[in-house]
Amino acid sequence: MAEPLVLKDHGEESQVFFDRIIQGFGFLLVITVLLVARMFYLQIIQHDMYSTLSDKNRIQVQSIEPIRGLIYDRNGVLLADNIPSSNLTITKERVEDMEETIAAIDALIGLSDDQIESFKRRLGRRQRPFESVPILFRLSEQDIARIAVNQHALDGVEVKAKLVRHYPLGELMAHAVGSVRRINEEDARKLDAVAYSGTNHIGKIGIEKYYENVLLGQVGYQRVETDARGRIMKVLDANPPLPGVDLVLHVDAGLQRAASDALGDKRGTVVAIDPKTGGILALVSKPSYDPNLFVTGIDFATYKSLRDSIDVPLFNRAVQGQYEPGSTVKPFLALTGLVTGTTSTEYTIEDPGWFRLPNNERLYRDWNWKKSGTGGHGRVNVQKAIFRSCNVYFFELANKLGIDRIHSYLSLFGFGRNLAIDLPEARSGLLPSKDWKMGARGQIWYPGDTLNVGIGQGDILVTPLQLATAVAMLANRGKSVRPRMLRQESVVEPSFIRTPDQPSDIDLVPESIWDLVIDSMEKVVHRGNQGFGENGTAWAYIGRGIQYRMAGKSGTAQVVGIAQGEEYDEDMLSERKRKHAWFVAFAPVEDPVIALVVLLENGGGGSQYASPIARQVLDHYLLGNSGVAAVGKKL
Amino acid sequence: MSEDFVRRMPGVSTSFTARGNTLLHLDVQLILLLILIVSYGLLILYSAVEQQNAPVNAQVTKIGIAFVVMVAMAQMPPMFYLRLAPWLFLVGVCLLIAVIFFGYTVNGSQRWLRIPGVLSFQPSELMKLVVPMILAWYFHDQHLPPRIKHLFWAALMIVIPVLLIAQQPDLGTALIIGVSGLLVLFLAGVSWRYILTVIGVGLVSAPALWFVLRDYQRGRILTLFNPERDPLGAGWNIIQSKTAIGSGGLSGKGLFQGTQSHLDFLPESQTDFIIAVLAEEMGLVGVLVLLGLYVLLTGRGIVIAIQAQDTFGRLLAGSISFTFFVYVFVNIGMVSGILPVVGVPLPLVSYGGTSILTLFAGFGMIMSIHTHRRITL
Repeated sequence: MAEPLVLKDHGEESQVFFDRIIQGFGFLLVITVLLVARMFYLQIIQHDMYSTLSDKNRIQVQSIEPIRGLIYDRNGVLLADNIPSSNLTITKERVEDMEETIAAIDALIGLSDDQIESFKRRLGRRQRPFESVPILFRLSEQDIARIAVNQHALDGVEVKAKLVRHYPLGELMAHAVGSVRRINEEDARKLDAVAYSGTNHIGKIGIEKYYENVLLGQVGYQRVETDARGRIMKVLDANPPLPGVDLVLHVDAGLQRAASDALGDKRGTVVAIDPKTGGILALVSKPSYDPNLFVTGIDFATYKSLRDSIDVPLFNRAVQGQYEPGSTVKPFLALTGLVTGTTSTEYTIEDPGWFRLPNNERLYRDWNWKKSGTGGHGRVNVQKAIFRSCNVYFFELANKLGIDRIHSYLSLFGFGRNLAIDLPEARSGLLPSKDWKMGARGQIWYPGDTLNVGIGQGDILVTPLQLATAVAMLANRGKSVRPRMLRQESVVEPSFIRTPDQPSDIDLVPESIWDLVIDSMEKVVHRGNQGFGENGTAWAYIGRGIQYRMAGKSGTAQVVGIAQGEEYDEDMLSERKRKHAWFVAFAPVEDPVIALVVLLENGGGGSQYASPIARQVLDHYLLGNSGVAAVGKKL
Repeated sequence: MSEDFVRRMPGVSTSFTARGNTLLHLDVQLILLLILIVSYGLLILYSAVEQQNAPVNAQVTKIGIAFVVMVAMAQMPPMFYLRLAPWLFLVGVCLLIAVIFFGYTVNGSQRWLRIPGVLSFQPSELMKLVVPMILAWYFHDQHLPPRIKHLFWAALMIVIPVLLIAQQPDLGTALIIGVSGLLVLFLAGVSWRYILTVIGVGLVSAPALWFVLRDYQRGRILTLFNPERDPLGAGWNIIQSKTAIGSGGLSGKGLFQGTQSHLDFLPESQTDFIIAVLAEEMGLVGVLVLLGLYVLLTGRGIVIAIQAQDTFGRLLAGSISFTFFVYVFVNIGMVSGILPVVGVPLPLVSYGGTSILTLFAGFGMIMSIHTHRRITL
């Protein structure tokens, strides 16, 4: 049935509209009366109360800074503390003439142009009225006295004690713990103005940055009655701040000290990981800097010298530095070769000191290659390839594996991935692949590229932390771990710890592959007295008189290319062009409690220079100062 | 046309003949009231900006431009807006969608579209006029009161822009635009049964809405009920604005004498919270004068709506007028602490050009409706 045609009834429509308009206007009058009533209530009935409140607005709300959480090492050694500092503060609203006041302060305690400039910037920032702004930190006793004596002439200027961050161990922990900095204008724009209303500092690096929300605490406030000069007469009520959470790290300050001492003045890094948990026991990057310099504002000259130093002390080599891993990747390549059946325990090659791809003139040389043709390792199986660090074996293996298989197995160990949980500066290194090369360079992958990766050179890059993590997984026989600083994870929200990219455990079939490779690494250190060319590469340097079983692998990464037909001659190269020395290790072999990476920038050969440092650090951790095995205690 | 063929709204006098200035298509009463309110507002603004000339001059310029736009819009016949309405609605919805992808974020809300070097604007501002227009367009040739099937489409026309704006998030504007659309439905005569049902459902589902709100929006509502909850943040604004208003008393502290606003205690004293400056310096009397002017202006718009000769004109004029007063109510309500702080400026008084332009454009359409008459009585 067709719908009945409905004609517009204009009369009815007008009537309805008129009714509605009148009802609407009635409602409008009702809400007007409501507004008038509200205004009447505020302005007439409560007038006296508000009048008192507004009378010079003597009642103020002041924020109270929460105490920042402390940071401890695993044994309770304090790594980040808060100490009182006397600061000069100015309350803008109480200063008659800002120029004059700054001039008066200058006359009393002497200010640099830089300081005056930065005062003005800080005072220019928006903030709540009658809130004092700290403009100068850590006044000396003398300056405090000078200000106090002249207080009568300095309206709005006060010396206030505040807690500021202090790092008792200074340089030693700078790269492990990170540091706080003063909140600058850019930060202030991004931050929650309320949460930071009492706070002048914010974690900018490392743990201090990652756990900023936890360490900060919750701001408190008090309502106070003040006199005309802003001095507090009476606290009306207060809501105390909640202190930040104290954090306990995996780091062992003693081990950190030992590692730092072992490195001495050399540029380099030591990273030690507990393979069971992934907890970072030591994270040393040298040279370092004193983080306390940054807390209360560093002067420009000091900052410039740190920033522009050729030794880049501000650079955290352990997590930001990306280096070619050199021969330290060989155990991982051997695992890949064995598990894919590409090589076997029985398989051997004859190493003449060089390797050549079919139909290619280029020689890929072993590390002991000689122009005379007397180099090479002779007959080599997989074990010898590791303990003698034979390049030719791994050239051939890598060539047979191909980059795709190498990529998929190495990435299981975290190569090319950033597995770090709470190290915000950590980088992911580079594990090259065909896709990567096409994307980054627009070139196809050549077999020669695979050979370079086979000995940890060419495009592959790792951070020392990343390598230490891979070694920890090897020590664990495949149980995956992620490097982490925080030990007491229960004190923070799980979201801080549970981030994506959780690696899965590595299952190798047969399991004996682990034993074979680990045994070969043990031989790197312990196989000695076998005659020339048959001892572990590190044995001569660290293998004698060792009280525990240690697995290790040296590595040496070229910094400059060596031309075809030339030998590497250390004395001919300037210091900055020398090879980087690596040594990776874990111990005790039976039940590893520490995995370690040592890197010496431009240090030379890994076995000779890096392995003694590794031994020194492991001795400290496993034997303690007494030199007696104390492994059980350390667990 | 002979007088006999015209059916007139009952109760309306037939004696009016002159409909404003039909030559220039302006309404003298509306213009006079607008000038009074704007001048009063500039005086308050002058006090709120510490008696500086520059911001006041800038505001005068913006008002001047808005005024020209209003006069220009009054010259077009309502038929023009009727034809334009569906297209404007389509363009407006597209722009709101574009904001999701290309908009840029200010203070955590993604509201603005920017053509670099040319202009930047908030499409939601356009929708303040377009939503009443599209609904008036939809109902103009339909049998009224509308039936349920039509209500469905009408509801869609309201809900789509409101949701798009609410997600930006700009809850204040979304609510006001929703209200302006609902006002058209109300004026079109939707049965009270439906209205009460919707209100009932709204009240029942209000607790569910709580979970949709963002943290800061919840915070504002909690702070409304207990400003002491957050005295350093949002509560500070309400505490300070109530102190400013309350300390004003009956006749105020005198123009330019407000201590709250001049000592920087009062936040946003030139924009959303400007009524507190008025209340502090001119007291209850000053507030009542402004409220009176607002009621008169809204009343004039309502009279024009009643006299309008077709459905489109009366629905549009009625909705724009009532919506104007909703702004007044929401702003004063939030500053005086009976409504949550939703960021609605005080119409015609708060500093800023966008809101003034939209308001004047609305009054331009009201004047167009009033001065273009097919039937001359």
